[in-house]
Parts: sequence; structure tokens; C-alpha cells
Amino acid sequence: MARRDTPGLPDFSLLKRLARDQLVYLLEQLPGKKDLFIESDLMSPLDRIANMSTLKQHDIVKLYKVEYKATVSLSDQLCFLIRPRIQTVKWICDVVNADKAVGRFRRYKIIFTPQRAGDQRWLRTVGGALHLLHSVYGPFSKLYGIGSCSQMTYEWWREQVEQGEQGARPAEIGSVFLIDRDVDFVTPLCSQVVYEGLLDDIFRIKCGCVEFGPDVTSSDRSVKVMLNSQDKVFNEIRNEHFSNVFGFLSQKARNLQTAYDKRQGMDIKQMKTFVSEELKGLKQEHRLLSLHIGASESIMKKKTKQDFQELLQREHCLLEGFEIRESISFIEEHINRQISMMESLRMLCLLSITENGLLPKDYRSLKTQYLQSYGFDHLLTFSNLRQLGLLVEQQGAETLTVMESKVGKLVNDKTAGKITDAFSSLARRSHFRALSRKLNLVPKSDEEYDLRVPKDMAYIFSGAYVPLSCRLIEQVLERDGWAGLEDVTRLLNGHEFAVTGGSRAEPNSDAQRLVLVLFLGGCTFSEISALRFLGRAKGYKFIVVTTAVTNSSRLLEALLGNHA
Amino acid sequence: MMRSKADEEEYWHSSKFKAFTFEDEDDELSRLKESKQAVNSIRQLVEEDDDDDDDDTEKVSWSGEPVGSISWSIKEMAGSNQKIDREPAFPRIPTEPSTLNKSHSGLSLSSLFRGKAKSENFQSFSDAFSDSVRIYAPELRKPKSEYKDYVCDWSPEETVQRLLQGKAVSLEKFRSLQDKLLLLDFAVAAHDGNVITAVLIYLKRSLRKEVLFRELQSRQTALRHFIHYLTESREQKLLLELLRALGRTEDMALLQYKEHLSITDENNKRDFLKSCLSLPFSAEDSAHVQDHYTLLERQIIVEVRNPFRSGLHWSTGCLMLRSCCQAADRQAERGGKVEIYQRFPRKASILNMPLITTLYYCCFYHYGEPEGTFSSPLNVRRTFKISEKQYFVTALAARAKLKAWSDVDALFTGRNWLGFTRKKSPLSFHRVVDVLQRNSAPTQVLQDYVALIDDAELRISLAQKLKCHDIVISTFRDMKDRQMLVAYRGKVEPGSAPERKIDDLLNNQQIRWKN
Repeated sequence: MARRDTPGLPDFSLLKRLARDQLVYLLEQLPGKKDLFIESDLMSPLDRIANMSTLKQHDIVKLYKVEYKATVSLSDQLCFLIRPRIQTVKWICDVVNADKAVGRFRRYKIIFTPQRAGDQRWLRTVGGALHLLHSVYGPFSKLYGIGSCSQMTYEWWREQVEQGEQGARPAEIGSVFLIDRDVDFVTPLCSQVVYEGLLDDIFRIKCGCVEFGPDVTSSDRSVKVMLNSQDKVFNEIRNEHFSNVFGFLSQKARNLQTAYDKRQGMDIKQMKTFVSEELKGLKQEHRLLSLHIGASESIMKKKTKQDFQELLQREHCLLEGFEIRESISFIEEHINRQISMMESLRMLCLLSITENGLLPKDYRSLKTQYLQSYGFDHLLTFSNLRQLGLLVEQQGAETLTVMESKVGKLVNDKTAGKITDAFSSLARRSHFRALSRKLNLVPKSDEEYDLRVPKDMAYIFSGAYVPLSCRLIEQVLERDGWAGLEDVTRLLNGHEFAVTGGSRAEPNSDAQRLVLVLFLGGCTFSEISALRFLGRAKGYKFIVVTTAVTNSSRLLEALLGNHA
Repeated sequence: MMRSKADEEEYWHSSKFKAFTFEDEDDELSRLKESKQAVNSIRQLVEEDDDDDDDDTEKVSWSGEPVGSISWSIKEMAGSNQKIDREPAFPRIPTEPSTLNKSHSGLSLSSLFRGKAKSENFQSFSDAFSDSVRIYAPELRKPKSEYKDYVCDWSPEETVQRLLQGKAVSLEKFRSLQDKLLLLDFAVAAHDGNVITAVLIYLKRSLRKEVLFRELQSRQTALRHFIHYLTESREQKLLLELLRALGRTEDMALLQYKEHLSITDENNKRDFLKSCLSLPFSAEDSAHVQDHYTLLERQIIVEVRNPFRSGLHWSTGCLMLRSCCQAADRQAERGGKVEIYQRFPRKASILNMPLITTLYYCCFYHYGEPEGTFSSPLNVRRTFKISEKQYFVTALAARAKLKAWSDVDALFTGRNWLGFTRKKSPLSFHRVVDVLQRNSAPTQVLQDYVALIDDAELRISLAQKLKCHDIVISTFRDMKDRQMLVAYRGKVEPGSAPERKIDDLLNNQQIRWKN
């Protein structure tokens, strides 16, 4: 079934070198010896492109973390590498003023590294990234997208292309798909059961790197491990459903043992060859294997402890729209027993989105119980979630009509803002049930789903649900546009587009089958796995670019209101 | 979607979700353990000759390892790349209202790293990359002409364009309201949040609040950016004024309520919460804030103060005397007079804990106190209108933790109309068993509750898991399932009481087995 002719990847190490060169350029703008202050959340990203000796080579003498304290640096030149946060800039002003007060002369340089914030300030960053990719690997010939941010990003990028110049070179990447996270909040709220996603849910992968604690390493120290395709063991299991991971690991362990056992009965010469040719690889594999076995064991322990199986079943029922009452009382008991605050919130949001909001009676009762169990300050969390449309009360049809008839009279009224708000939250209403039917997101449950031989992208959720985001991408690529998906885009609040650029690429060229997917607002590892599956099945190669790798905890943590 | 009962059974039995279960410890975990043993058995060998620490796994650290030379040369260079004959570039998306005609200017992608850029800076890295790839190098110095721009007379549209390119502009020269609003509208149309925010900062400085607020009402994108900006820069006062002007009173109330999070002293926090009670919350939230205040007040009393002396009138009658004798918990713990604090020292103070944690605490340390005392669980339950189920779950967990099995038992006791006692529970019995088991209840206690699980299959599986042999055996007997009973005989200890019981049953001629 899988096509074997998926195109190869362009050389992406170029981007890393480019980013490093840009960094060096910025550092060199403050010539001479200097100290560098880095904001802590920039450490890991910086590690991906440079290291200490890169910095040393460019006259960085000392490295400090931004800690909002008076500086102890003695250098005459200070360079700050920070996020554009008001608090941080204010702190730098304090540093400068303190120097001034004591009559100290120094040079300062601030380098801002953008980040997605609650407004549109990040949009230009994304547009810039798209333009960079277009310049290096383009020209793109087809762009598809959905969601208002996608559309704005496209517009921004198009302006750049119009104004810039394009050299004549063959395209390496031909198609691009821009997708807003707003289009699909269901997928990132689901529990992940594909290995890489599970690792992220449990250990939190940060910039491709994970820290395994003593429970995984079976020693007293933690190790940080890069998770990428260079890790041969990881590479083979990252996209696998967790249930297949055990089998794979035990097979590997047996093979490894056999390889070591070959030593028995070797003579000196054979042994020498063994040591010089095979041992190193075996040792490496051994190390990786113990790590991933340790991680799997730790995952199993954590998950069996919290009744994961039942949680998954309830989650699948929500996706299917089946036994909703039972799911509500499950969530209620979860709350009553003060089991994980995040899990309860996640399930509430999933219930709300899949059911198009909660019945007012349920909403009130669940909210009250939630506040009683996890703290009244979560009033603010509920307010945040309502504003985003993630956890809302169902609006009766009559409420809508009444509002519509009133709104005309109220435009000049003080309450106009409020009405607009109510309407926009209505507009954001999810139509998950209808979308699920039209796009066939929940496969029929009457046949056994063999997770070892997945037949569709639903395997990433144990065969229970095809991620909406990835289904859209699949459909649009198949139809080469949105034709026939009008019902779907209407339910998704529109802003869809499919455009063809000037360059004429043959429809079946490698470049056309290399698809750049740009997630605005984050994507999950599960979605990446699903796209990899789709690519294998349909002969595409997907390159995923995202503003962040996200999961349910990251998504919801940003909305918690119980901190100052 | 409704399914018939039969469908439902069918659904669960043929369920695809059974393909894998996270509960099947026997199977999966043991397989994992095997693998681990296999790997560990060769560990010794690996470590023997592990002289060189050659991990190919990249470690993330700031240790200075040698790096490849960074190819870099900086020189100004005009765009030497030849233009090719292009077809009309990408189209605008028709749904986008193209109201603004944007001027053409050189703007490129190095904005990714600098927030400003020019397109004349193409530069090839022939030394490092293949010729087909072009890399952008940012300019080193600003051209002189750029400084001149500063004094030029740009229109609002041109000014926004220059802002987009990160060039210096003067906003101060825009004096009229119309110009200022044009600036804002062009900024919004360009979708660039940085530019929108920059213009808003200027408008905030140069317009009267009333005017700014009024104009923002009809500009939702700008309004969102302004609210975000004020939130980030913590300009609480102005933000509150804005929300008031917009008629968003509930948001205003919540914003003020939020302040309590930064108050650390509990008495100050309580007083602040009290002052929040009059804020214009929705009716529903208003009740929650009232509860929040009442809860903190209660916690302070239980934790540190003696309610009688403080003259609070909580309840009437002689029950108050009980409170009088009851020293506050912090003192009681320090004094070490009360046995329970010695057996189960408190891990943390109860201040600022959620209501249910407080209820649990009261069930743990103050169970059985008369309803008139502040710390009595019944009092907490009544004051906050806690649901029966919630109260039950919490009391169950607390008493089970203390292994107070008679208290646990008493929780279930109800009388039917004939006056017989029988166990009833607002929580399904398999959950009850779960709670008890998590609190390491002995088999003796567990089996009483396992026996009460209605669903036979669930009962058997839990009984097997928890080794409540009697229940398994009697359930199979009731089901007349000889085969299962024979199979189960293999799982109990040879020569044990359960085995004898099974044998008795199997030898019993009076039972009509179904198989």
C-alpha cells in the first residue's frame, strides 16, 4: 500500500548554519570583548545552533542568565539576547541606569528573539520564516491554507515576494500548507499514545531534547538526550503506537544479546575484529536501548497508576459522541477525587468542543465542583477558556435570535463591545460533530483495528480518531484545492485559500510532492507522526514547520489564571 | 447517537480499543522487564571496556567542543542576482478586503533575526554552500540616506511602510485625529503586531483616553493589541478604565479579583477578597468569590485563631464551648498535645488550599466534631453546600487513609423501610474499592465492598486482582460455571482454605453446573 517513491529531503542543515551565521553577525556588531546575557528560555534553542566555543570565538567572555538582579559583570560591553518582553527590557533599563548613576560607561546591545504572544506580533516572524524557506528551497508553486492567521501570513509573505527578487533555480519544495491551530483544538487536547508524543506528554521534550530522571536511567543521575533520527532505536519507534514499542524493544534486546554472545568461542584475531568493528556500535545501541526501555517502563508505571485505560475510553467516547452522560460523570468523579487538575480541565475542554458547548446546568455544576476541588482562583482560568471558546456554555437557539434582534439597537450603546464579544465567541463555536461526519474522522468501530499494521492516520489515537488537522491536509492535497469541501470550510469559519504561483512545476515532480506544512499556533508530535504516515501512504514527504511543538498541558497551562 | 443495549455490548466486546491496554501489567510490563534483564545482563560487559566516553547521542551543554569554522564575510553588495521573467506573482486572496494600496519597498527575511531588513543584501557563500543556494547577509551599516528620511514628510501610509521595514520614523508630526487613525488603520491592515503596538503607544500618549477608547471600540484588532499591551506592561488602572468604557464590567471585576494572587499575607488577602464582594461579577461568579472569601476566613480561624476569643459568632448555644476548648491547629500541633498530629504530622498549612482539601483536612483531623464548630466536616459541608457525593468521596478517602474502618463502614449505612441496615453509596462500589485500595485497605475490608459491585464481570475481575478468593469462588458458583472454577483452582495456593472451598464445591453433587 505504501508508496516507495517518496522524494528525498532538501539539505536542512543549511538553515542551522544560516541561523548561526546570523547570530555571529549580530554579536560582531558589538566588536571586541563582551559579556552575554541570555534569557533562560533561549538557552535550549541557542544550543541547537551554536555552542560555547562559537561564542568564545566571537569575543564573548562570560555568559550570564537573565535573572532580574543587579549585574556583576565587569565587562565594558554588554550584549543581551532576550525575548521582547516588557519586563526584561525594563530590567535592562535598570542596569543601564544603575551604570549611569555610578558614572560607569559601557556599551550595550540588545538582540530580540521573537516569540508567539497573545497578539499578532509574531506574525511577521512566521512570515519571515516562510520567506526564508521560499528563498532557499523555493520557489513555491502552490499554497493552500485555512484560518485567518494563515491568510494574514500568506498576505504578508506575498508582499515580500512581490517586492523581492527571485533567482532562477529549480524548486526543492513546491507545495505549502498553512494551517491555524484555531481550526482544530480537538487534536492537541487528546492524550497522545504514539511513542514520541507520549514522551512529550510525560517527560516534556524541549527543543528536541528530553531529560530522563533517575527512574528512567536506574542510576542517581539524570541524562539529557537528543531525540532525533540519529538515535537509531528512537528513530524506529518514534511514530509507533505505544503498544508496538515493547515488542520492538524486546526483539532488539534479544538481537543485541545474540550479537554479544558471538564472542564466545572467538579466537584472538576474531575478537580483535569484533572489538574494532562491532563493539562500538553495539555499545551505542545498548545505551540507547536501556534508555528507551527505562522510559517505556516509567511511562507504563505512571499510566497504570492513573487509570489511563479508562481515561482513554472516555476520551474516545467523547470523540465519538457516545455515552456522553457517562463521560460527564466520569469527569465529575475525576474532579471530586482531586485527580490531576490538568487532566480534569483537558477533559472538560474536550467535552465542550466535541459537544459544541456544555448544557448550562452541566457547565455550572462542573465549574462549581472544579473550583471547589482545585481552588476558587480558577475562576480566572474559566474566564480565559471561555474567551478562547475552549470551554463554553451552549447557547440556545432563542438566545441567538434575541441577541441578533437586539444588536441593531445596541450598536451605539456601551454594551456594544460585550455583544461583539458574545458574537465572536459564537462564531468560534465548534462544529466538531458535523465535521467529524463529513470528514469521516471517527472510523467505524465494528472492525478490529490492528495497530501493528495501521491502515489510516487514526492509528495515532489507537484507531479511534483521525486528527482533523491532518485530514484537512490530506483532502486538500488530494483534491488540489478546496473544491468539494465547501461544507467543511463553512463549519471551520472559512479563510481558506488555494493559490498557484508563477513558476510552472510539473504536477508530479518531486518538488510538488515535498509539502511544507506550517502550523500557526503549534502542532503536536502525534500530528507529525500522522503526517509521516500519510506521506508514506501517498508518496508525499512532509516538512513540518511550527511556531511551537505543543500538547494539551502546554496549551492549557498558558490559560491557567491561578498565578499572579 | 443512540445504540441499543445489544449494540453496546457488541461495541465493547469487539472494541478496537482492546487491542492494547495500559492495564495489562502481567503481559506488557513483564515483557518489558524481560527486555530490561536481557539488556542489563550484558551491561557488565559493556562497562568493562567503556574506557572512552563516546556517546553519539548529542548532549546538550555549553561545554566548548570544537566547532567547524563559521564562514562569514560581510560586505555590502547590491542585488547581483539576475531577475527572471516571472509570471504574475501570487495572487491576493479575494476574500481579503484590499482597501489599502501598499507601496513597494525592499523588505526581506532577515527580519527573522533582526526585526528589520533590506533586500539588497543578497550574498552568496560560495565558500560554504553550493552555488545554487543564496544566503542573505544583513547589511553592516545603514546607508546615509536613511538618516535623512527622518525629517522627510511621509504620509501615514508611507510611515507605516517604513515602520514595517524597521526604519526610523517620527510619529509626533501626526497631529490630527484623522491622521492618527489612518496610521492605526494602515498598521492593522499590514497585520504586523509590532507596528500596531508602536502606533498604539503613540496614540496612548497623544490622545485623550475617552477619544482613544471610543475609537478602539470599532477597531477590534487594535483593541486586542491594546489590551494585551496594557496587560503586559501591568497598567492596571488604565486597563480597568478601558474595560469600564467598553462596558465589559465582568472582565473588570475579574481583573480586580486577580490582584489577590499577589497578596501573600493571609489577613490582607482575606480583607481584599472581602472588598471584592461588591464588584460586578456575574451572579454565578459572585457566589464563588463569596465562597472564596468565606473559605479563607475559615482557614485562618482553623489554622491560627481561637474563634471563641475573637468573638466571631458562628453558631449559637453551648456548641461554642467546644470551640473554646479547641486550640487552633497550629498551636495544637506545636504543643504536641493531640495524638493525631503526632501520628500524622501535617505536611503543610491549610491556608489557601482548595475547599475540598480543607474538607479532607477536617475529615482527617476533626472528624466527629459537632456541627457547630468551624472545623467540623459537617459544618464545612453545610456552609459551602458541598454535594453528597463529593462529601462522601472526601470523607471516605480521609477515613481510609487513617485506617478508621469503622468510620468507613458507617458512611455506607442506610436503613431501608423495614429498618434493616444495608450498604448504600452515592459512588459506584468499584470506585469505592479503588479509593480503599489506594489507601492500602486490607483484603478483609476490601472484600466487603467488592462483593457489593453489581456487575458480575467487573466484580470478578476486581476480586481476582485484589485476591478476594471467596468472592471469586462464590460468584462462579452462582454462575454455575464449573470450568471457570476449575481454572481458578490453579491460581490459588495449594492446600489453602480457598482451594479446599473450591474442592468442596466441585464435589458437591447438588449443584447443577452449566458446563
